Amino acid sequence: MEHTHTAEGHAHHDSSTKKIWKTFWILLAVTMVEVGLAFLHLETGFPSRVLLNGVFVILTVVKAFYIVSEFMHLGSEIKNLIYTVLLPLLLFIWFIIAFLYEGNSWKNLNRDLKPGTPIEAVKAPAEGHGHH
Amino acid sequence: MDTAVTAKKKWWDGGYSPFNVSYGKLMMWYFLISDAFTFGALLISYGTIRFSSTSWPDPNEVFRSFPGMGHANLPLVFVSLMTFILIMSSVTMVLAVHAGHMRDKKAVAKWLTWTIIGGACFLACQAWEWTHLYHEGAWWGRNPFHNVDGTLASTNFTNFFFTITGFHGLHVTSGVVLNIVILANVLKGTYEERGHYEMVEKVGLYWHFVDLVWVFVFTCFYLL
Repeated sequence: MEHTHTAEGHAHHDSSTKKIWKTFWILLAVTMVEVGLAFLHLETGFPSRVLLNGVFVILTVVKAFYIVSEFMHLGSEIKNLIYTVLLPLLLFIWFIIAFLYEGNSWKNLNRDLKPGTPIEAVKAPAEGHGHH
Repeated sequence: MDTAVTAKKKWWDGGYSPFNVSYGKLMMWYFLISDAFTFGALLISYGTIRFSSTSWPDPNEVFRSFPGMGHANLPLVFVSLMTFILIMSSVTMVLAVHAGHMRDKKAVAKWLTWTIIGGACFLACQAWEWTHLYHEGAWWGRNPFHNVDGTLASTNFTNFFFTITGFHGLHVTSGVVLNIVILANVLKGTYEERGHYEMVEKVGLYWHFVDLVWVFVFTCFYLL
C-alpha cells in the first residue's frame, strides 16, 4: 500500500493539496450561501419557507457529497467499495419518506379528531351501519 | 498489497481484497455506515415528531446569541462559526493524511495537532452554547421557548436538541481522544517503524464522518 501512496503522493503533491483547499472553499461557500439565504428570508420573507427548505436540503446533500468524495476519498476508491458503502444507505430514502409521512398523518388525525371538531368526515360509515 | 489495477482484474477471484483497501479501513467504513444509521434514526425521529406537531419553536429565535455580545440578536452567526471550525479541522485532518502518504512525520504531527485544536475549539463552542441555553431555562424536560404561532411548546424541541447535539459532541470528544492517541504514536515513531501511516487515514475517516454528521445537524436544527 505505501508504495502506491508514496509514488502517487510525490508526483501529485501540489495538485492534491490544491484539491483539498478547493474542497474547503466549496464547503465554506455553500455554507455561506445557506446562511445568506436564511438572512434574506428573515429580512424580506423571500424565498418562501417551502422553497428555502428545499434549497437547504439540496445544498446539504451537495456538502455531504464533497466531504465523502474528497475528504473521505471515496470518490477515488474502486467501484466495489463505493457500492458496499452507498447501497445500504439507499434505505434512507424509504426511511425518511415513510416516517415523515407518518408524522404528518398523525398531525392531521390529531387535528381532525380533536374534541369539538365537526365530525362530518367520520360520520359517514356510521350512517351506513344504521340502514341495516 | 497489489495495487497495479488493470481493467481486466478479477476482483472476486481471491488473493487480494476485492475492495482494494486493508481490512482495518474497510471495517472503519462499515462502522461508519452503522453509525450513519444511528444518527439517521435520531434525526428522522426528530423529523417525525416535528412533522406531527402543529407548531414548533423558531431556531432563529432560540439560537441568536454570541459570546460577549449580550442580548444582541445574531441568529446563525455562532453556529456558522462552529461549522467553520469543524470544516477547517477536517481540512487539517486531510493534510495530516496527505503528509502521512509522503511519510513526513513532522508534517503529520503538525496537522494532527491543528486538528486536535480545532476539535477542542468546537467542543468549547458547544459547551458555551449548552451553558447559555441552560441559563435561559432550556434542558431535557424543560423548554422556555414558545412556538412560532405563539402557543406553548412541548419539551420535544429541547429533548431532541440536547440529545442529538450531545450525541454528536460525544463523537467529537472521542474523535479528539483518538487523534491524541494517534499523535502520541506518531511522535513515538510507531508508524515510521511500521512503514506506513494508515492509522492516520482510519482515524481521519472517523473525523470526517463527524464533520459530515454536523452538516446534517446544522441543517436540521438551525436552518430548517
